[in-house]
Amino acid sequence: MRDRAVNFITRFYLLLIFLFLYSPIAVLMVLSFNDSRSRVVWGGFTLKWYERMFTSPHITDALVTTLALAFFASLLAVLIGFPASFGICMLRRSGRSVMMTLVNIPLLDADIVTGISMMLFFMRFMELSFSSVLIAHTVFCIPYVILALMPRVEAVDWTPYESALDLGATQPYAFLRMVMPQLYSGIISGFFMSLTMSMDDFAITYFTKGAGVNTLSTMIYGEIRKGIKPELYALSTVIFMAVLILLLAVNVATRKKGGETGEGRAY
Amino acid sequence: MSDRPVLIHLEHVSKSFGNSLVLDDLDLTICKNEFVTLLGPSGCGKTTTLRIIGGFERPDSGRVIFQGEDITGVPANKRPINTVFQKYALFPHMTVEENVAFGLRIRKKSREYIREKIDYALKLVNLEGFEKRMPKSLSGGQQQRVAIARAIVNEPEVLLLDEPLGALDLKLRQEMQYELIRMKNELGITFIYVTHDQEEALTMSDNVVVMNQGYIQQEGSPQKIYDEPENAFVADFIGDSNIIRSTMVRDRLVNILGIEFECVDTGFGENRPVDVVIRPEDIVLAPEREGALNGEVTDVIFKGVHYEMCIMTGDFEWIVHSTRRSEPGSGVSISVDPFDIQIMNIPESEDEEAVKLDI
Ligand SMILES: Nc1ncnc2c1ncn2[C@@H]1O[C@H](COP(=O)(O)OP(=O)(O)O)[C@@H](O)[C@H]1O
Ligand SMILES: [Mg+2]
Repeated sequence: MRDRAVNFITRFYLLLIFLFLYSPIAVLMVLSFNDSRSRVVWGGFTLKWYERMFTSPHITDALVTTLALAFFASLLAVLIGFPASFGICMLRRSGRSVMMTLVNIPLLDADIVTGISMMLFFMRFMELSFSSVLIAHTVFCIPYVILALMPRVEAVDWTPYESALDLGATQPYAFLRMVMPQLYSGIISGFFMSLTMSMDDFAITYFTKGAGVNTLSTMIYGEIRKGIKPELYALSTVIFMAVLILLLAVNVATRKKGGETGEGRAY
Repeated sequence: MSDRPVLIHLEHVSKSFGNSLVLDDLDLTICKNEFVTLLGPSGCGKTTTLRIIGGFERPDSGRVIFQGEDITGVPANKRPINTVFQKYALFPHMTVEENVAFGLRIRKKSREYIREKIDYALKLVNLEGFEKRMPKSLSGGQQQRVAIARAIVNEPEVLLLDEPLGALDLKLRQEMQYELIRMKNELGITFIYVTHDQEEALTMSDNVVVMNQGYIQQEGSPQKIYDEPENAFVADFIGDSNIIRSTMVRDRLVNILGIEFECVDTGFGENRPVDVVIRPEDIVLAPEREGALNGEVTDVIFKGVHYEMCIMTGDFEWIVHSTRRSEPGSGVSISVDPFDIQIMNIPESEDEEAVKLDI
């Protein structure tokens, strides 16, 4: 009897948490299909907000900008963070802890500080534009790549690499065949972390973007000041679903790869 | 050894890691088709020496000469040398066959040639039928043999082997020792073999290089190293021995524990302190007072082929091997034939002294 009561309470508590977390989103989703502009009256089911969203140029522009920005910033961050991880790994103990602290500061720092300081920096040397945002995003993504890669680089088993050299392979070929496979999962997780961080960012983007450049977050912020339009409900719903699907995909992928990477780490 | 042409020469090679000097002015000559063993305790720089020969480390100073050419700066992949690493270092994501074919594929050999070589190599290491297996499904000994096959298909001039049998159990190790000697003879190439196991070194090699703390202590045939150790470290590291601080009275006469013994060594000067080595099996036991030194048996252990006895004479404890047992507590006497007494110089530096103490 008592067990059942405890059981019920824990379940109820969990339910409550999910209710608080997800009911606002659920309301938003429902409203995105509401044929009335009112937030309290149900005017019937419609898809017109979705239609308007996809035909509204400033929403689609912002979407494209967000995706392009996230993709290229993550790519650049991986390209820069990859050699950096090797460099830091090769440092002696003291040098390494200094470097890691320097890497960590931008992560812990308030976005607004990073955003404003970058804005000041950019304004001195260049026009604020897409490139300035891209640079800013790349910069704040690099630490995530390094954090994801460092443990992998440290754990690299170099003996297959040396064996490959021994058997006549050139250094780049041996590296590609014997070391890279040990790092793929780290690179992928660094890349995806960067993607999420870039898409998620508001403050840094807001301060470093040029006029006319908008990501979804800065665009929504601008729109909301003019009044809330139901298209934004539709947009938020789409974003939420996209993130949910991405998250599930990553989860499934890493679980399937779990066995492989577990063994992959053995070499 | 000297009748063979010189293949590799390490010239005054030194190497440090951080502050620790690992190899100190090492000079080593390796001849063609020799089975050379680097023997020494763990941490004495054997692997480092091998890695310098293989091209995985660069010496801080000194040169590596291969067939008369300076290859100090030549990278590992350009040297006609292959290595069997201490940890087998097989490619875990490739089958046995792909592992073995790796070097040949890089050299862009034809399909038929590769096929033929794989068959030959796997046969040589007794692993026919294992082509499609993954390394992790193999036992330690099998992995080791794949590593050997992978190295020899490239027809290297020199095969470097870093404690290749270290992880195997005793029986398998003995089998593999014979296998390696057979392979060496069949392939007709130079083997440079690293081990800390003196028995392995004595069994397999043409030439043994005894190392300690980055120095070569002695170089020579197994027989010579065993019978005529040049210093106390070698004597002690190679098998059991009685090492006694003594005085060389004059040529062919040495004073051991107060008794003068005839010996065969000359050139140590007169009344000079020396170290004397006498192997336990070279000591002749006789009833009390019949031999040169009287003592008392303190301990007897049966070792299968012989008895190992501890005998106290004064305050020195001898290790003696004999097929006849003497009861503990009984009095015996010890004598030694002149040619079984090996005289060695006493190490001069503190360094070498320390070496002796840490064994
Ligand atoms: N890459 C390295 N970095 C620092 N120290 C090393 C390195 N390689 C070897 N050493 C040190 O050099 C010494 C000799 O090592 P090694 O040649 O591996 O000895 P062995 O093979 O005879 O056991 C050891 O004290 C070891 O700790
Ligand atoms: Mg070693």
